[in-house]
Amino acid sequence: MTTLDEARTEAATVAVAAGRGAGRLTGRRRSRGSGPLAVVVEHSVALALAVVFLAPFVIVLLTALMTDQQALSGQLWPHPFRWGNFGQVLARNDLLRYAFNTFLYAGLSTVGVLLSSIPAAYALSRIRWRGRGVAFVLVLATMMLPVQVTVVPLYVLFAKLHWIGTLAPLIVPNFLGDAFSIFLLRQFFLTIPEDYADAARVDGAGEWRILGSIVLPLARPAIAAVGLFSFLWAWNDFFGPLLYLSENRQNWTLSVALSQFRGLYHVQWNLTMAATVLFMLPAVFIFFAAQRAFVEGVTLTGVKG
Amino acid sequence: MPAVATTPAAAPAAPAAGSAAALARRRGRRRAARRRRLTVLVMLSPWLIGLTARFGYPLVSTAYLSLTHYDLLTPAQFVGLGNYRYMGRDPYFWPAVRNSLWLICIAVPCTVLFAFGVAQVLTRIRAGAGVFRTVFYLPTLVPPVAATLGFLLLLQPTGVVDRTLGWLHLPQPLWFDDPHYAKPALTLLAMWGTGSIMIIFLASLLDVPEVLYEAAEIDGANAWHKMRYVTLPAISPVILFAVVTGVIDGLQYFSQGYVAALVAGGQEAGAGAGTSLGYPQNSTLFYPIWLYWQGFQYFNMGYASALAVVLFGVALVVVLALLGTSKRWVHTAGGFR
Repeated sequence: MTTLDEARTEAATVAVAAGRGAGRLTGRRRSRGSGPLAVVVEHSVALALAVVFLAPFVIVLLTALMTDQQALSGQLWPHPFRWGNFGQVLARNDLLRYAFNTFLYAGLSTVGVLLSSIPAAYALSRIRWRGRGVAFVLVLATMMLPVQVTVVPLYVLFAKLHWIGTLAPLIVPNFLGDAFSIFLLRQFFLTIPEDYADAARVDGAGEWRILGSIVLPLARPAIAAVGLFSFLWAWNDFFGPLLYLSENRQNWTLSVALSQFRGLYHVQWNLTMAATVLFMLPAVFIFFAAQRAFVEGVTLTGVKG
Repeated sequence: MPAVATTPAAAPAAPAAGSAAALARRRGRRRAARRRRLTVLVMLSPWLIGLTARFGYPLVSTAYLSLTHYDLLTPAQFVGLGNYRYMGRDPYFWPAVRNSLWLICIAVPCTVLFAFGVAQVLTRIRAGAGVFRTVFYLPTLVPPVAATLGFLLLLQPTGVVDRTLGWLHLPQPLWFDDPHYAKPALTLLAMWGTGSIMIIFLASLLDVPEVLYEAAEIDGANAWHKMRYVTLPAISPVILFAVVTGVIDGLQYFSQGYVAALVAGGQEAGAGAGTSLGYPQNSTLFYPIWLYWQGFQYFNMGYASALAVVLFGVALVVVLALLGTSKRWVHTAGGFR
């Protein structure tokens, strides 16, 4: 168990470091001894990389605004701009229904993950009890298990419950704790000083009180990050919906619908890309609304010792 | 305070010497410990149920089903090691293994190195560092299905990439339609979406104390020395994290490969999903895709379970091996905090 303890203290110290780093993730390393030429080269490389990273977004968006013939011709600039593509793709193909299903899946999953993972992370970080180290190793182990390993019995189980074709097999498990979220929240909870909680304990506060009135307010950034990750994970998920929803088109999510789009509807590239843009818009919007929470959350994930 | 909780049974019956007050105190403490244990249990109960229902039971059940023929409709039929023996003769098993190995041996290192390189560039940027960081992170938010469709568009024969290559008088591969280029195309897609690892690298690179570089410079270190003896050891925990995560992701790689084959293959043949498996020529038939196909298209759930058991074994061995060797090259007790 000593190596585990080592790892744990290490994780905690790095968590603090990462927490500090997250606030100012901007370049600080002075390229010492390098003249203005090096600076120009470095910025040019970054600029070129930025162009490459952004190009797919731009091309997809431009194609979404083209006519069908133009999308096939390989021209870059839409002529004329067909804003109607978005309306057309929404009006046809039940896309709004699929968007609603995806929202339902992602929203309820997020609620479930937060409700089940916050207390678990608290018990794994702020209360001392025998077996805590083993429980944490189990969290890490389940986090590293490829999803396909357990998928056959789970499918059989859900088939016996008559849940195949409904959103239940996707949503319900999230109310039973999510390893990644528990891990991330635990790392953050460990960085909160014990003192407040000890003071509250002396005053006779129970663990639930301490969780609600001390830890939760302080951990708001981490909780926001976990909520965002859960929402996006479900929003983007393809394997689960493909597995459980394929046979019932009523309950398809956007991922499944879009994967079938071209073949099923014989839809052209321009309309496929219009649907693609609509699909990734919410994620990008959420990101810009909560960029800080994101960056802090991502750095917290990388702090395993 | 913690002593109470960690020694729940350490209250032997020796109250004779104690006064009534001490007895009451001890009883109160014991009650508090019991209450705390109950709290822990309640707080963990959803996760404990999940652990049993989502991992414990399925692992046991998979192991059992792997020894049977099972199609979900008729009762499972015990066949011993038949499913495992069939793997050797299964014409799709070895291509699937090879493709997944390719991912882990080529795509994962490419992606990790690329993320590291981009993070390095970001540490040196002064103007607009926040904007650059956002731009490099943005692709990770794109749903895998949407990203794959976008790359199918970019890499189609009349797409931007091949037109640019033609303009530069370079060869223009058919990417998702060419068995030699389908996996490299998927690797490009993975590199585009490498933002999370990149941010983690960036955070740890910025946390390497400047003092270490100054000391190295005094010792006459050049850029390579600084990278080899300062940067890499200091961020080695994060490298381990990136490699382990990358390998696990490689082992369960599904969505992008499945969608690329489905869309590119369906388009070519103009037929249903049946023709798209591993399109083109099994080059995108990854191990999890074959497992999915066996289990949920053919409903050979016994064989799919055997494939799952092998996947579990491989994941276990690889992760343990990585963690085992890490003792030699990961510096956890570095003096950086």
